[in-house]
Amino acid sequence: MESNLITEDKQKNKLEKAFEILKTMASKPSGLIGLTIVLFHVILALISPYIAPYDYKAISPNTMLLAPSAEHWFGTDSLGRDVFTRTILGGRTALTVTFFGSLIALLWGGLLGIFCGLVGGKIDDVVMRVVDAFLSIPWILAMLLIVSLLGTSTEVLIPALGFFYGKGIVRVARAATHDVIAKDFIVSARARGHSNMSIIWNEIIPNVRDAILVEGAMRWSWMLLGFSSLSFLGFGVSPPTPDWGLMISNARGLMSFAYWSVIAPIVGLSSLIIGINLTADAFAKALGIDRSTKAPV
Amino acid sequence: MSEIIESIKNLSIGFNSQKGKQISILRNVSTNIKKGETVGIVGESGSGKSTLALAMMGYIKQGLFPLKGECLFKSEDLLKMSSRQLEKIRGRKIAMIPQNAGQALTPNLKIGYQIDEALRLHTDLNKTERDKKISELLNKVRLPSPETMAFRYPHELSGGQQQRVAVAMALAGKPDLLLLDEPTTGLDVTTQAHVLELLRFIAKDTGTSMIYVSHDLGAIAQVSDRIVVMYAGEIVLEGPARKILKEPIHPYTYGLLKSIPKLSLAGLPASMPGSQPQPGSINEGCSFYDRCNLATDHCKKNSPDLEHIKELDTNVRCFNHKELINQNNNLQTSITKKSNNSEEIEVLKLKDVSISYAKQKFFDQLLNKISDQNPTVKDINIDIKKGETIALVGESGSGKSTILKSIAGLLKTKDGQIKFENDRILSSDLKMRNPNDLRAIQLIFQNPDESLNPNHTVEQILSQPLKLYFNLSGEELKKNIIDLLKKVRLGEFYMSRYPRQLSGGEKQRVAVARAFAAKPDIILCDEVTSALDVSVQAAVLNLLQQLKEDLGTTYVFVSHDLAVVRAISDRVAVLYQGRLCEIGPSQNVYKFPSHPYTEVLLGAVLEPDPDIKPKLVAEDIVEEKPPEKGCSFQGRCPRKIGDICNLEVPPWQIGENGNAIRCHINIDELASLQQ
Repeated sequence: MESNLITEDKQKNKLEKAFEILKTMASKPSGLIGLTIVLFHVILALISPYIAPYDYKAISPNTMLLAPSAEHWFGTDSLGRDVFTRTILGGRTALTVTFFGSLIALLWGGLLGIFCGLVGGKIDDVVMRVVDAFLSIPWILAMLLIVSLLGTSTEVLIPALGFFYGKGIVRVARAATHDVIAKDFIVSARARGHSNMSIIWNEIIPNVRDAILVEGAMRWSWMLLGFSSLSFLGFGVSPPTPDWGLMISNARGLMSFAYWSVIAPIVGLSSLIIGINLTADAFAKALGIDRSTKAPV
Repeated sequence: MSEIIESIKNLSIGFNSQKGKQISILRNVSTNIKKGETVGIVGESGSGKSTLALAMMGYIKQGLFPLKGECLFKSEDLLKMSSRQLEKIRGRKIAMIPQNAGQALTPNLKIGYQIDEALRLHTDLNKTERDKKISELLNKVRLPSPETMAFRYPHELSGGQQQRVAVAMALAGKPDLLLLDEPTTGLDVTTQAHVLELLRFIAKDTGTSMIYVSHDLGAIAQVSDRIVVMYAGEIVLEGPARKILKEPIHPYTYGLLKSIPKLSLAGLPASMPGSQPQPGSINEGCSFYDRCNLATDHCKKNSPDLEHIKELDTNVRCFNHKELINQNNNLQTSITKKSNNSEEIEVLKLKDVSISYAKQKFFDQLLNKISDQNPTVKDINIDIKKGETIALVGESGSGKSTILKSIAGLLKTKDGQIKFENDRILSSDLKMRNPNDLRAIQLIFQNPDESLNPNHTVEQILSQPLKLYFNLSGEELKKNIIDLLKKVRLGEFYMSRYPRQLSGGEKQRVAVARAFAAKPDIILCDEVTSALDVSVQAAVLNLLQQLKEDLGTTYVFVSHDLAVVRAISDRVAVLYQGRLCEIGPSQNVYKFPSHPYTEVLLGAVLEPDPDIKPKLVAEDIVEEKPPEKGCSFQGRCPRKIGDICNLEVPPWQIGENGNAIRCHINIDELASLQQ
C-alpha cells in the first residue's frame, strides 16, 4: 500500500543522504556533465603519475616544438618536453592547492561569519568593516607581496589563498545566520541558557551548512582561476613543476606557430572550472538553495 | 427560486506525485452558488477549501490540474477558457479579496491610484466620473474621510483599513460574485468584527453573491446563508447556516463545533482524536473513518455519497447521520477541569515592571540606563500563585508577549522587578541568571514550525534540555525522552522523525515535551494554539491542562482569543497598550461589571452561533503609542466621562466578585451601565 507517500520519507543515515543528493545532482544533464568532468579530473590527478608516457622534466633539443603525432599526442614544447605528460600532471598541483585552500576558506570564513551573525552588535560591526577593508585590497597584488616575501611553496600558497577567498564566505555565512537566528528555536535555546558555542554547533550550523558549502564550491572554481593566474605571472609554483598556468605563460609567445603547447593546458583549466561551476549549481539545486536568490557577494 | 450564477459539477483537482501517481486534492465536489447568497466554505488546513475557491474563478495553482468536472459560471466553463476570456470575467464578474490585504496592495502606489486602476480596467468611466466613484467606494467601505484617504499609501493604513481598501477595489468592477479567502484571519478581534459587519452590509446592499472561505466557524456563522463543510477534499456537509451550526448531522462538523471553546462555557472543549488524512492516502471507505466515533465496519469499506435530507434541506456524506440526529446531542458541553488547586504561595511576582523598546541615546547607553518617559509596557503588577494558570489577554500591541519575553529574560526591563520564589529578584539579563532559574522558567512558542530546529530529529530536540540541565546521556537519556513523548501522547517511534514529517499538532506536542523536559516550575505559553486547527487546538489545550494537573506547573498563558483563555485559565489579566486594565478570576472577568475595554473585547468575540451577533461598541482605530497621560484606553473608550480620563491614571477598584478594574467610573455605576 502506498500510504502517506508525501510525509513518509524514511529515516536515512548520512551516507544514504549523501548518495541521494548525488543522485539528484546527476538527474539533470548540467549536473551530470559537471560531475563527470570533476570526477574525470580528480581521477586523472590521482593516476597521472602512473600513466604518464614520458618524464615531465626530460629536456631534449631533438624534439623541440614538434606538432602532435602518434608519438607525442599533444606535441612538444619549446624545451622538447611532452605536452600530454605535462598536461595530465598539471592538474595535480592546482587541484591540491585549491582544494585545501577552499577548505581553509570555508573553515575560517564560515565560522567567523556565523559568529558575527550570532553575536551581532559592536563585535559584528568591527569585524565586518575589517572584512570590507580587506575586500577592497586587490587580492592579486597582496598575493604577489606575500609570495615574494615568503616564497612560492604550497605551504605558503594554500593558507594565503584560503585567507583571501574566505572573505566572501564570511558575508554569506553571516547572512545565512541572520536568517536563522530570528527563528524561535534559537530564541528557545537562548532562553534555556545554552552557551553561544552550543547554539552555534547544535542549532545554527545544521541550518546554514548547505548555503556555506555551496558558496565554498563556487569559491573553489574562482580560486582555481586565481591560482593559475599567479602561476601565469610566475608567482605560483616554480618550474619545472608541470602546471597549467605556468605552461600557458611559457607557451604564449609561440602561439602563432606552436598552438598545441598552449591549447592543451587551456582546455584542461577551463574544463575543470566549468565542471566545478556546474557541479556547484547542481549541488545548490539538490539542496534546495536557489543561488539566484542569494545576495551577490 | 433565485438564479444560479455559478455551478461546480463533479470537480476533481489533483497533482502528479513524484512516483507518477495521480493524487486528488479535491474529489467530486459539486455545489451551486445562487444570486445574492453568501456561502461559507469551512474546513481545516489541507481540506481543499482554498483550491475550491480559486477554481471558482478559473484559477488553478501551479502544479495542480483539473482531473474531471467543470466550473460553470453562467453556463460557461471557466476551466476551459483561455486567459484572454478569463481576463474579461475576473474583476468584472468575479472579484477576489485576499487574506492579507497589506501584501496584496502595492506598497508604493497611493490607494486612490490603485482603485482607479481597477476602475479603468473594469469600467468605461471617464476621469471625473472615476474620481467621484473612488470616493463613493471609499465611503461605501466606511473608511474615514474618503477624500483624503485616496492620497494615502497602504502602509499609512491599519490592517482593518487595508482590508477595507481591498473590498473597495473588488467592488470597483461591480462583480456578481465576490470570493473572500480568509479575509479577517490576521486581524484583531474588534477589527475582525467590524470588517464582517461591513461585508454583511455590502452583501445586502449590492446583492452580490459571496463565497467566504475560512477555517473560523465563528466568522462563517456571522456572514453565511449557507455553509459548505470540507474534509479531506470532499464536501461532507452542506446546508443552511442555522441548521449546520445548530444541528450538525455529520460527525466531523459535530466534533468541530464541540472543539471550539465558547465564551459562555467554562472548562475545556472536547477534542477530536487524530488528524486529517493526507491527500492520496485514502483508498477506500469514508475519509473520516479513523476519527469517527460512529464508524462501523461498513464505513471502513464503503465511502458514503452525499445524501440529500429533505426535512433539513441539507446534504450529508455519512451513513450514520440518523444516529447523530437521534442522539439529540448537546453542543453546549465541555470537560470540566479540576478546580483551582493552586496553593497560596506566590511563585512569581511582577512589581512595577516597565519595558521600553526605545533606542537608547548615546549618553544613556554609556550610563546603561533607559530614559523613556512613555515605555511600551508600564507599571505591571501581577502576583502569580503556584499552580495557577494566569492568562494575559489583549489585541496586538498590548504588550502581552513583551511581558512574557522579559519574564524569560529575553528582554531587559526598564524599571521594576521580577521576583521568583521567596522574593528572590531575577536578573533581567539572561546571562546573569543562574542555571536553576533558567531551568525553572520555560517557553512554548506560537509557531512550532519555527520553534523546532528543522534539521534535528525529535530525539535531538528533546535531548537538548535534558543534556543541558541534567547531564543525562546514553540509556538514561533515551529513557527520559521516551517518557516525555509518552507524557504528550506520542509513541516511541517519533524519536527518529524530523519536524517536517509531523503534523502541526504533533509538532506542538514535541514543543510542549521540550518545555516539560526541564521539569520547570513555570511555563510561559505564547499564543501556543493560534497556529493550530480548531480540533487540534482543543487537544493541545486538554494536554496542557492534564500535564498541569499531574505536575503542578504554573502557566502564564498569552492569547488574543478570549474563548481559549476562558477555557484554560484560572485568572485573567486584560492589557491595553502595555497597561493593565483589569485582572481577576476568569469566571468574573467574563461577567459584568468589567473594564470598558474588556467589554469591547467580549462584544467582538465571534461565536459559531448565528443567534449571537457581535456587539460593536468602540471604533476599530489602531493606536500606535500609548497615551502619555491618563487612562490608556482614552482614545477608544465608549464610556469616556471627560477630561479626567485624559489627565489622570485611573485608580484600581475591586468589585464584589474580586476582579480589579482600573477605571474612573465607579464600579457600581459601571455595573448598572453594562446591565
